[in-house]
Amino acid sequence: MIARLSLRFGVLAYLAAILLVPVGLVFWRTFEHGVHPAWAAVTTPDAQHAFWLTLEIAAIAVPLNTIFGVLCALAIVRHRFPGKGLLNAVVDLPLALSPVVVGLALYLLYGRNGWFDALPFQVLFATPSMVLATIFVSLPFVVREVVPVLREIGTDQEEAAATLGAGAFATFRRVTLPAIRWAIAYGVVLTTARSIGEFGAVSVVSGRISGKTETLTLLVQDKYESFDVTGAYAASVVLALIAIATLLLMTMFRPREERT
Amino acid sequence: MSRIALLSVLLAALVVPVAGARTTDTTLSLVAYSTPKAAFATIIPAFQKTSAGQGVNFTQSYGPSADQTQAIVNGLPADVVDLSLEPDMRTLVKAGIVAPSWNANKYKGIVTRSVVVIVFRSGKKIRGWNDLIKPGVQVLTPNPLTSGGARWNVLAAYGAQLKLGKTPKQAEQYLYKLFHHVVVQDKSARDALNTFLAGKGDALLTYENEALLAQRSGQPVYFNIPKATIRIDNPLATTTKSPSAAKAFARFLYTPTAQHLFAESGYRPVLTSATKGFSFPVRPQLFTVDYLGGWTKVQKKFFDPNNGLMAKIEASLGG
Amino acid sequence: MAVDAAALRAPARARAPRLGGVVGGGIVAGYLSLIVLLPLAAIAARSGNFRNAVTNREAVSALELSLVLALLVALVNAVVGTATAWVLVRDEFRGKRLVNTVIDLPFALPTIVAGLTLLALYGPRGWTGVDVAFTRTGVLLALLFVTLPFVVRTVQPVLLELDRDMEEAAASLGARPTAIFRRIVFPNLLPAILSGVALAFARAVGEFGSVVLISGNLPFKTEVASVYIFGRIQSNDAPGAAALSLVLLGISFAVLLAVGAVRRWATRHDREA
Repeated sequence: MIARLSLRFGVLAYLAAILLVPVGLVFWRTFEHGVHPAWAAVTTPDAQHAFWLTLEIAAIAVPLNTIFGVLCALAIVRHRFPGKGLLNAVVDLPLALSPVVVGLALYLLYGRNGWFDALPFQVLFATPSMVLATIFVSLPFVVREVVPVLREIGTDQEEAAATLGAGAFATFRRVTLPAIRWAIAYGVVLTTARSIGEFGAVSVVSGRISGKTETLTLLVQDKYESFDVTGAYAASVVLALIAIATLLLMTMFRPREERT
Repeated sequence: MSRIALLSVLLAALVVPVAGARTTDTTLSLVAYSTPKAAFATIIPAFQKTSAGQGVNFTQSYGPSADQTQAIVNGLPADVVDLSLEPDMRTLVKAGIVAPSWNANKYKGIVTRSVVVIVFRSGKKIRGWNDLIKPGVQVLTPNPLTSGGARWNVLAAYGAQLKLGKTPKQAEQYLYKLFHHVVVQDKSARDALNTFLAGKGDALLTYENEALLAQRSGQPVYFNIPKATIRIDNPLATTTKSPSAAKAFARFLYTPTAQHLFAESGYRPVLTSATKGFSFPVRPQLFTVDYLGGWTKVQKKFFDPNNGLMAKIEASLGG
Repeated sequence: MAVDAAALRAPARARAPRLGGVVGGGIVAGYLSLIVLLPLAAIAARSGNFRNAVTNREAVSALELSLVLALLVALVNAVVGTATAWVLVRDEFRGKRLVNTVIDLPFALPTIVAGLTLLALYGPRGWTGVDVAFTRTGVLLALLFVTLPFVVRTVQPVLLELDRDMEEAAASLGARPTAIFRRIVFPNLLPAILSGVALAFARAVGEFGSVVLISGNLPFKTEVASVYIFGRIQSNDAPGAAALSLVLLGISFAVLLAVGAVRRWATRHDREA
């Protein structure tokens, strides 16, 4: 009895210290001087642009990674081919790679003396490189969520549909997709959260052009460095609110096995 | 298939922001080191009120001087470049981005000046170079590899020792001692100031204009201009591919209006008439980089990444 | 008409692979190449002066620091993460669902925000009065924050599925709770714990956003590998940055392959079925 209570207390204390206090602090520091300064800080033209840029990048990265994720999961689970283990590792690599390395790679590809430095449009220090970086870091999530579900449901129903004369795409749309839709939804939530919160990679490739290549996360750093502490925390609150919404969505779509 | 339509829309969304950049107005890209942001916030609107500035918009980017230089070399669009020190500008000349004649005007391309100062808190008595190496004193200066301000700090510390009568060998020893007192090396001068304001360190080496800006922003900052210190010269240039509006803007920065606005942000104007009404003390043992042999010599001796003095000092900090 | 079930099944299996098929495979391969393989190739190809770049003292120090801290963090998470999963699965208390939701917060919160708040908490004028900014402890705290969910989330599903019969049998035979845990529960959890530990380690070794504000970037003292690489990029030493990135990449890759192997070993019984 005592063991159980002390374990519970210990765990909750750790979580409170490591998790809840930092987040509480973000809200406290933001509204320390009232709502108005915080509101003013997040409605400046630069802040608004940062908000829309963040959403724009996510709006490109998330659908692309979702389509790729489903196709890749199908390839991994339903097909045999040499090098599947390698494919698995490559898909998972963005999870383990430092975001700074991603930025460096883009520099080497699209910067001066890079392999593709003669493109007709601006890649580095503009939206395209930030989109590429964001796609990279948020790549694995849909794949990883769909693969176990695909494995679990097996091919029986798909084979049955095939014997009944359904074409590949119809089978996918009517049999496979409904079975994996919650896994996709969960993966999309994770992908979106990662895209919005990306900092390291976009920090390397953005060029710090305020009003043009600053996302919300870069804006937090910019404000902090310009003595605008309230602004930095206000932008953080926006991001924290998005994070909380993400948490709620994650709880809704969480795979059944992890629900306690 | 709505999915294909969605993809097309998304691809269009990627292209449109790029294409939409071409408007009838001119847009100039200003790329600068970390500290003049507040200054340009007042100067740009003033320029836009002049006839040459009508219809001219700006994008601005601020960061550590060496970082910004490398970004420009790698393709960061820049029409007007304002950096912390000349060697960074020379890197751009070497890369063909800035013309070699950038410093042919009567101010030799220098648009603002400042001096290295020691910022301290009330309480601990830290005024001069010798106070910095007293036991227990924690000093803040940025990393010389990324920050222009840090390089000015190093030269100020070294040169001050020479002015005080020490030999070059002793001045080098001073630098070793000084950096053993450094507790944080931020990326840029602005980062170092923020770290100091957050409560770290007893003394901060920085530009006078940073210290003044912090004071005017209501931060509890005190500073002292040491008797022997270096005069900071910040170079400015337009890039070779920039529109004519860029040259107009560069010219504007030397007018009394702009120089006065720089002074209000804590810089020492290069136009002497603009100093009226401001108090910029001139220290008796103020020296410039020429006193130390000029930039080429100084870059090699101090900042060569493999054999320079700073590389040796940083290596000695380990272990 | 009698239908030969076996004959029917063969063509069906031949048709099922069309799901995806060549076009899908092409898209997957092309996308992966553009997004992941091309950048990695650029790093491998452009890492010049490899030996000097990875054997100079500052690089080695940064790498060492990253590895040691990541290992520490992984170990702490192994213990605390398992304990947390245990409490969430086996214990009942009010607000448990809320706690379960909040576990994922470090995953949803951007790293720079985490860094900012950690600085505000543990910095010189922080709430807690503890000043560990610009120290290794500060970096450790930041890493503990971002890696918190990993072990919890890998252990939870296993714990949920665990059959309690053996534990109850052991208890009825007089075994003490610690012995039950040690001999029955723990071996079953071990693969999941290792999997989570590997993920936490891989994440911690490359972490940047939450560390960059609180570390102070002091060479040899608080400079981690990712910050060092960032510095190399900004000093126009792209080859040096690439060289150390390759080393970091190699370590991450090795960790991932290890995770894959652990997962395969842990689920070997499922496959044999």
